[in-house]
Amino acid sequence: MLDRSFIGKKYQSVVFDVEKQRLRFFSLATGQTDAIYFDEEYAQPLGHPSLLAPPTFLTTIQMEQDKPFEYLDDPNIDIGRILHAYQNYEYFAPIYAGDRVTLDIHICDMYDKRNGELQFCELQSTFTNQNDVLVATLNAAFVVR
Amino acid sequence: MWKFETANIGDEIPSLTLPPINRATLALYAGASGDHNPAHIDSKFAQNAGMPDVFAHGMLVMAYLGRALTNAVPQSLIQKFGVRFSSITEVENILTCKGVVSNIKQQNDTVKLTLELFVSDEADDIKLHGHAVI
Repeated sequence: MLDRSFIGKKYQSVVFDVEKQRLRFFSLATGQTDAIYFDEEYAQPLGHPSLLAPPTFLTTIQMEQDKPFEYLDDPNIDIGRILHAYQNYEYFAPIYAGDRVTLDIHICDMYDKRNGELQFCELQSTFTNQNDVLVATLNAAFVVR
Repeated sequence: MWKFETANIGDEIPSLTLPPINRATLALYAGASGDHNPAHIDSKFAQNAGMPDVFAHGMLVMAYLGRALTNAVPQSLIQKFGVRFSSITEVENILTCKGVVSNIKQQNDTVKLTLELFVSDEADDIKLHGHAVI
């Protein structure tokens, strides 16, 4: 069973500078085709100050922590045993190249299903931009098999 | 013909079918997303962990579904986007992303659409269920 004393543990904030190259790389890797994700000159006349971050780009910010899987180390979980269970975003404002986004993340719950066969660890994250605007929240969990 | 402004309950968004997942797809996504979990790029690691082979990042599959979503509606209108992963996406799987309008709510002069979404492979195995509110 996961060590539930880690419920509530907060991790160090991540400060992430959203760069055009990284956005293009992410959009390339996920097969985006819309030019608003690649070409600033195309995006700007459509009302975007710069390249737009796709909806799931936020995951990249999370992976930018010094130890992105630190929440596995604490309860001593083998990374080979985890699967992603769910990922729920709520969006409040767009993220563009040039933004500086701060991610705060904490373990909000741990629980099990099927009489302990599946152990869940649930994380809650907030993403705030350089103007102190909350741009998105994330509620996510992984399962230990 | 899909048009989100005039969508009705039961209308489907245009589906998106992806090329077969290969190891290069996964390596590229690992680099771009920063998710370097070796279970997605190193076959030996995956096999030692009891998996048949490397498998796709769940977030890659969600990103594909996000593409289907932003093809159908302007990204700025997406208020919520969530998924529940139900099975693993393996190398060579051909994924298709689909969505259907499940609810429409009129709020003052704005309309809120709820979409039920899912991604399945060539054998109709559902990889994830999703939902979006726009």
